[in-house]
Amino acid sequence: MNADTLYQEIGLLTPEIILAGGAMALLMFGVFFTSDRASKLVYIASVLLLVVAGFASLFWTGEGGTAFSGAFIFDDLAKFAKIAVCLTAAMALILAMPYLEAEKLMKIEFPILALLAATGMTVMVSANDLISMYMGIELSALALYVLAAFNRDSLRASEAGLKYFVLGALSSGLLLYGSSLVYGFTGATGFEQIAAAVDGGTNVGLTFGLVFVICGLAFKVSAAPFHMWTPDVYEGAPTPVTAFFATAPKFAAIVLMARVLMEPFGAVVDDWRDVIWIIAVLSMGVGAFGALTQENIKRLLAYSSIGNMGYALVAIAAASQTGLWALLVFMALYMIGVVGAFGAVLSMRTREGMVENISDLAGLAQRSPGLGWSITALMFSIGGLPFMVGFFGKFFVIYAAVQADLIILSVLAVLFSVVSAAYYLRVVKVIWFDSSDIEFVPSSMSVYWVTRVAGLATVLLLPVLGWLVFRAYSVGLATL
Amino acid sequence: MLETLAFGAFSGVAILSALMVVIARNPVRSVLFLILAFFSAAGLFVLLGAEFLAMLLIVVYVGAVAVLFLFVVMMLDVDFAELKQGFLEYAPLGGLVGLILAAELAMIGFTWQASEQAMALRAAAIPEGMGNVEALGQVLYDDYVFFFQMAGLVLLVAMIGAIVLTLRHKPHVKRQSVTAQVGRKRDEAVELVDIKPGQGIGE
Repeated sequence: MNADTLYQEIGLLTPEIILAGGAMALLMFGVFFTSDRASKLVYIASVLLLVVAGFASLFWTGEGGTAFSGAFIFDDLAKFAKIAVCLTAAMALILAMPYLEAEKLMKIEFPILALLAATGMTVMVSANDLISMYMGIELSALALYVLAAFNRDSLRASEAGLKYFVLGALSSGLLLYGSSLVYGFTGATGFEQIAAAVDGGTNVGLTFGLVFVICGLAFKVSAAPFHMWTPDVYEGAPTPVTAFFATAPKFAAIVLMARVLMEPFGAVVDDWRDVIWIIAVLSMGVGAFGALTQENIKRLLAYSSIGNMGYALVAIAAASQTGLWALLVFMALYMIGVVGAFGAVLSMRTREGMVENISDLAGLAQRSPGLGWSITALMFSIGGLPFMVGFFGKFFVIYAAVQADLIILSVLAVLFSVVSAAYYLRVVKVIWFDSSDIEFVPSSMSVYWVTRVAGLATVLLLPVLGWLVFRAYSVGLATL
Repeated sequence: MLETLAFGAFSGVAILSALMVVIARNPVRSVLFLILAFFSAAGLFVLLGAEFLAMLLIVVYVGAVAVLFLFVVMMLDVDFAELKQGFLEYAPLGGLVGLILAAELAMIGFTWQASEQAMALRAAAIPEGMGNVEALGQVLYDDYVFFFQMAGLVLLVAMIGAIVLTLRHKPHVKRQSVTAQVGRKRDEAVELVDIKPGQGIGE
């Protein structure tokens, strides 16, 4: 590697360098200036850095390509995922700010750990080698463990952090063991070399390793049967941290999973399609039935995220260009819904403090119609009920599955979608038809606007999606 | 011949001492067996031609990590008998799971075959024409510089995490300030008081 190629290759890492360099600079600044104003400044600068990194990948005009002997790749998939990861992480940080100030948790480490986690996620979506995959996962996961336990004086938050750490370490172990088996079979860690070696045929050792890798990744996207940590961690961690967990890391992990399965193992689809099929069905089932009895809205959203990851896996099981396209559209629309939904959870503050029960939303439509309408639209969108944007996400996923001849899986997906509609509608029913005298204090500007804008987006984006459906009908999804 | 013998000796000792780490009753002995396992592994590295890694293993793992373990084991008052209490209760189920896993691993082991291209793709244990340290540097700072930097970031997160989760600024703790101590002048510390007989110091 000489200086010229190094310079060229480093250009591909622009978003990562912005995030990592910015995080370190802000860390130095925050350590030397400890006033409250300085930590607020660090916080705002972190949000800006995330936005800048997102736009840096959006406006990247140079040729994509690989860097560092193929360890890192910047292609259209990575570009889209980086924009989504950076912007949703910025949204989660904006949502978190008023909460942190109210709960006296405003420390510079919070935005800095979030920035470093986002760096890990951007590396995950660009991973083109087993080692960079693991490095990205570990960088983001380690920062997330700390964020889960960030409110260290709360017993529940510490428990959530510990639980997340122990299970996350276990999943990393599975992932590494699987990677070592894959390396043993193919003799290489780079995805391109693995693809070349896999092309010549497969054997039981490789399949075994691949299954371990899938298990490790399924932990990260919290797909059943590796979902056990999700409800507890979502409930125990501080709400803005939960909002962060539910958005960017999920997006990065599912994109990474799609890349790992479709690039190095694209030639042996039959080896992994059944595994993904089972995980997808289980996740959709757990998500649909587990959420029915939940009283806590954070737990409800946890089960909802398990179910929605099931739909994302349906798109991966399709193993086609269309499937990948549907996955990205579905995830992007789902992110809008989740950001808005957590904004709504963060608006649930009474004079005594935060409340988290679904019953606390009763009568919201009369007291605060704007919030009531927003939550209604967001619940419809996350649940994939017609005709919010979320519906089109699920529509494309099922379209891709049908195209790949996965008829049974598509039917199951629709059935579970019907079951899960019940609990999304229950929230809506509580808002509009129940009554109570719980009074929420007005939420801060940022939470107010994020919730309202996300709620509106689920409706306003409809023409765009209508246009997409029209294009899909006339020219075919894959060529878009 | 001699090499095979040395390999057998080193790997045998490594496996036996690893077993002893787990089954020794006294935790201090466990750590000492761990050190023996590290030494044997270093011997295996030498046989592979990786002398530098062997040295590192002894300096870092034996010299620093294992000694730290020893300190921790001796300083913490952990009642290991109590920790092992539920052992018999869970042994049958745990043993069964272990047996199933071992059987499955054996199945893979016996049917193992690498891909045809794998032999060409794998990295050479000792690259041609360069020494151990040079080869390692080539890997760390050239081919794998990206992973190296990422590992640095992971460690940074670990540092920030440890500090943010454990550091507490207690307001009433007395701390030593070396600058203040060294910068003390005579007139700040000593006061000459002229006391009249029979009056005492008073205020």
